Amino acid sequence: MRQPWAVGFAAGAAALGAALALLYWGGTYELRLGTILAMYIALASGWNLIGGMAGYPSFATAAFFGLGAYAGALTQVKGVPMVFAWTFAAVVAGTVALAIGWIVLRLRGHYFAIASFAVVIVLREIATNWTDLTGGGMGVSLPMLQLSMLAQARLFFSAQAVLAALAVAICLFVAYSKLGFALGCIRQNESAAGMLGLDARRAKTAAFCISSAIMGAAGAIYASSIFYIDPSDVFDILLSIKPIIMTMLGGGGTVAGPILGAALFMILEQTVWANFLSVHAAILGALVVVIAMFLPRGLFGRRLRPRLA
Amino acid sequence: MSALLEVKHLTVRFGGLCALNDLSLRAQPGEILGLIGPNGAGKTTFINAVTGAVKATGSVNFNGRSISGLQSFKIARLGLARTYQIVQPFPEMSALDNVAAGALFSGAAPSLVKAREQAEAALERVGLDREAHRFAEELTLAQRKRLEVAKGLASNPRMLLLDEVNAGLNAAEINEALQLIRSIATAGVAILLVEHLMRVVSGLCHRVVVLHHGRMIADGEPARVLADEAVIEAYLGRRYAERMTVAV
Repeated sequence: MRQPWAVGFAAGAAALGAALALLYWGGTYELRLGTILAMYIALASGWNLIGGMAGYPSFATAAFFGLGAYAGALTQVKGVPMVFAWTFAAVVAGTVALAIGWIVLRLRGHYFAIASFAVVIVLREIATNWTDLTGGGMGVSLPMLQLSMLAQARLFFSAQAVLAALAVAICLFVAYSKLGFALGCIRQNESAAGMLGLDARRAKTAAFCISSAIMGAAGAIYASSIFYIDPSDVFDILLSIKPIIMTMLGGGGTVAGPILGAALFMILEQTVWANFLSVHAAILGALVVVIAMFLPRGLFGRRLRPRLA
Repeated sequence: MSALLEVKHLTVRFGGLCALNDLSLRAQPGEILGLIGPNGAGKTTFINAVTGAVKATGSVNFNGRSISGLQSFKIARLGLARTYQIVQPFPEMSALDNVAAGALFSGAAPSLVKAREQAEAALERVGLDREAHRFAEELTLAQRKRLEVAKGLASNPRMLLLDEVNAGLNAAEINEALQLIRSIATAGVAILLVEHLMRVVSGLCHRVVVLHHGRMIADGEPARVLADEAVIEAYLGRRYAERMTVAV
């Protein structure tokens, strides 16, 4: 891409146009699809910060999505307005990620992947067993809204779309900042980066924290939009795996990769999987293998990674 | 004059193996110190221990403060830079950005833009300015060795630990490298040179330390050390010594 800024600007304008058109003309069904796509973009872009840019294969997405969902739902039940509950959820997810990241980001590669996976299981167990706070396996019911179905669909689409835009903006900002530069060095050779004076752990933890805050907000908006959550739904490990596939499909470490990957994944999910529901998981698995073996840089290869400077 | 680097009783053990045994040495600003010895003598371990990459006992003082037990990145920020024997570039980044990383992370440059400016100067100094925009993985080995030096230089170090930066270079390239190292030292930077090429050691170093099985077996001027019986026995070999005598 010779003019990445021009292309990016055009793509952003097109996305904004599409979102506005969907809000104006879209029915409940189309808006729901749009909401899912926006959520996928937010999750994939969020995962990209730690998994793509820093090269740390985190499986903790479901953990922070679920944590955000519970934080948002429980504060909403207490009567806190929705937008504040979502913000609170992002803060909670980010803060917990700070503490967990400081510990698990000592590990690298497969060890980190396993540890991040364990975070999902631990948080799900806590949500299931801390019955006084979370209602345990019974889940949490959120207050209903006095709005028409269409108005609700528009509201939640707008919320996830704004979050997605924010996530992409954060990725863009990080990619061209000192932090993004540091994350790229960590991905390519962490020890050497440390020897040059980089506090790698601080950079990784920052990326993990921002990434998790985005996931937490996505979970909280999701919880508000379906009015009922339980541990197995919001701590679903598929929520960890899907953003990884999307990001890898589009190209990890790039800003556009997770967006394109999320869109492609959405198309796959809606067409192929709707028709082959029984082998759903098998197709998912095959896709992971194919990407890992043949497309380590994603479908678009290096074209999305412009040479800087 | 107080030493820039002062190492006392440095010992590194890997299980039962004593890789570095009670090593003490000092380096002054602007001094070029050679560190030689057979493979496995502990030369790279010494660099790793001083820069915090491996755990060691004993004390290391740098620029008037203790750096024993400090994390690597903190030591680097104090102005102690190193290169790797096995080059460690960031393969997917341009040569320029590789060097900019050295300037940025060490704190020598406040921003990425400034870091890239300083990187250009460092690349020019090592003669890589024409390769600035190529990916590090596209460079030849000799170029990657120089890239390592440029990364260290860009951090504005007080001391540079060079781990076999001349290995694999041809004669003309070595001459350039010699000039470069000498010019860095002239600017007041202390240099520790791990080296196997005696031509480089005798032509460049002010002082030479010889390691064998983790112990220091000689320390002094190159001419004297290279003629030392113990050094010839442990490292150089008879034939080399005879050739040297003839040459002198």
